Amino acid sequence: MEGFGVNLAFWTLAVLTLGSAGGVMAARSLFHAVLFLIVAFLGVAGFFVLLSAEFLAMAQVIIYVGAIAVLLLFAVLLTPRADRNNAETAMAAPAVLLAIALAAVVIFVIQDTDWATVTASPELTGAELGDALLSTWILPFQVASVLLTAALVGAIMLIRSSDEEAEDER
Amino acid sequence: MNSLDVVGPQLAVLVGAGAILVGEALFPRQRRLLPYVALFALLVSVLWTTSWVGRDDYQTIFDGTFSLDQYSVFFYYVFAGATAVVVLASIDWVEKTGRGEAEYYALVLTVCSGLMFLAGARDLITIFIALELSSIPQYILAGWGKDERSSEAGLKYLLVGAIASSILLYGMALLYGVSGTTLLPEIADFIASEGDQNRSLLILAVVMMVAGFGFKMAVVPFQMWVPDVYQGAPTPVTAFLSVGSKAAAFAVVTRFFFESLDAEFLSNDWSMMFAVIAAASMTLGNVMAVVQTDIKRMLGYSSIAQAGNFMIGLAAIATPGEEFTLGASGILFFVAAYSFTNLGAFVAIIAISQRINSDQIRDYAGMWRRSPVLALALALCLISLTGIPPTAGFWAKLYIFNAGIRADLAWLVIIAVLNSAVAAYYYLGIVRQMFLGGEDEASVPAFRVPPAIAIAVAATTAGVLVFGIIPGPLIEAAQEAAGVFAQ
Repeated sequence: MEGFGVNLAFWTLAVLTLGSAGGVMAARSLFHAVLFLIVAFLGVAGFFVLLSAEFLAMAQVIIYVGAIAVLLLFAVLLTPRADRNNAETAMAAPAVLLAIALAAVVIFVIQDTDWATVTASPELTGAELGDALLSTWILPFQVASVLLTAALVGAIMLIRSSDEEAEDER
Repeated sequence: MNSLDVVGPQLAVLVGAGAILVGEALFPRQRRLLPYVALFALLVSVLWTTSWVGRDDYQTIFDGTFSLDQYSVFFYYVFAGATAVVVLASIDWVEKTGRGEAEYYALVLTVCSGLMFLAGARDLITIFIALELSSIPQYILAGWGKDERSSEAGLKYLLVGAIASSILLYGMALLYGVSGTTLLPEIADFIASEGDQNRSLLILAVVMMVAGFGFKMAVVPFQMWVPDVYQGAPTPVTAFLSVGSKAAAFAVVTRFFFESLDAEFLSNDWSMMFAVIAAASMTLGNVMAVVQTDIKRMLGYSSIAQAGNFMIGLAAIATPGEEFTLGASGILFFVAAYSFTNLGAFVAIIAISQRINSDQIRDYAGMWRRSPVLALALALCLISLTGIPPTAGFWAKLYIFNAGIRADLAWLVIIAVLNSAVAAYYYLGIVRQMFLGGEDEASVPAFRVPPAIAIAVAATTAGVLVFGIIPGPLIEAAQEAAGVFAQ
């Protein structure tokens, strides 16, 4: 896809996503950091739309913005005793340097690579996606459900107070 | 063979995990039986695996994302055996803590199935999901203890593991982006045909993936979490971490490199990368282990050093022709020998620390008089970790050093031998403490070992001794398993 509109959309999204990702790091208040994170998630969803991956864009909005970000906000709101601010760290300057160095390497490598690009937008229906999930990708698909179950069981175990455990023994 | 048969061992283990969770809810009074359900599930899994031995219709299923071959079968045995030992070693401790017995065993079995999936995975997505399946329950298990140290271990492991996973994913995404496939054999084809033009990206992607796996393998410079997590986590879980996740990470890295990244124009780069990591891990791990006073922390550092030894096998990837698989078979043999040995050492430590309530090395003084059998078993495992005959550890080191020399890495092998001398100092230091130390404490009472732990100690030390005296069958099995990578 070429054209002025697409380029404009790409650079707008790029500035928006990178800017809000930077905001997540710089924000002192945890609450503001989560709000910046939502903007960054939406920016990434925008990239998916630009790449004609509408399904992925939808999933990104529903899962990341809809579920994960809201969960994060609730976690911040429901832990009133915890410190709401990001801690100061002496490693900030080295971390920024490292990030810049890594970005330089990645940008160089991406320029240096012969990417296989397609010009036509791929047609992918929901039915085809479901078909792939339940044939080729059946193993990771099913293993993911086992993974979620195990994580759920473990999470419940970790947050149980000793009173509840004593109750359990009886 | 249908696809259900191919994932049978994993299914048996997962059904066992489910049965434990449901069984505890239905029969809460029969909690004592839970570990035996876990052991039974592992037995079914082993028998299922054994039913394939001797057949030659090994195959890949689900469009190549998962494969059953001699290589995965070899690891199924290692993982099922290691998990069984961990379950046996946990019985006493879990009963004492009285915290979620069913959930504990179910999670241990889930980790085991994840490790098994990892051994057979032949596609980046399957590898990643299997890796998470084996990791996330382990984060939880590391924080299972009720003290602050255990919570710290769990949290630290989770944070470091999450960062490692994201770096790994970044590398996988780059690799997929340029090659357009996630299947390992197709990646190999891509590299053979167009890899030359995309050399810089391949190196960046693979370095990121090695960094991600490096956390699981616990090699320098990705080792900083090891001492704290090993010390803080409950000892049976530490034993599981030190063997299970390390072996699985090596299993998947070995498959990935020997199957997809063996192209000649790159293999010298990988060889150098692994050789440097190996030398750094061995040296740092051993030097730090010398100054430790806590035995779990010391074994943590020593496991970093051992991972360096494993890595000599990966550094031998640049050997062309018939000896190409020598490094891979060295890793397999070393992984199996190390699993017996390290598990044996940890189980003995579990038994001892439950009685003396301490993990300090100085409290092991005079252990010979208090429990001769445990002291002998621990001494044997430490001797095997050092690499002195007649133990499995000796042959494993000899074999992998040989692979290193055949790959023209004599300098690395010299470093490894020098490191073995340093390792001997602290491993044998404990042996000396147990047998010669603590003259004035002759009055401390002797103690008995619970039967489950006794069985676990007997099984592991028997493995160390039997394969130390007749290593032939194990070496043959390792060579046959590594044969799937033959060029």
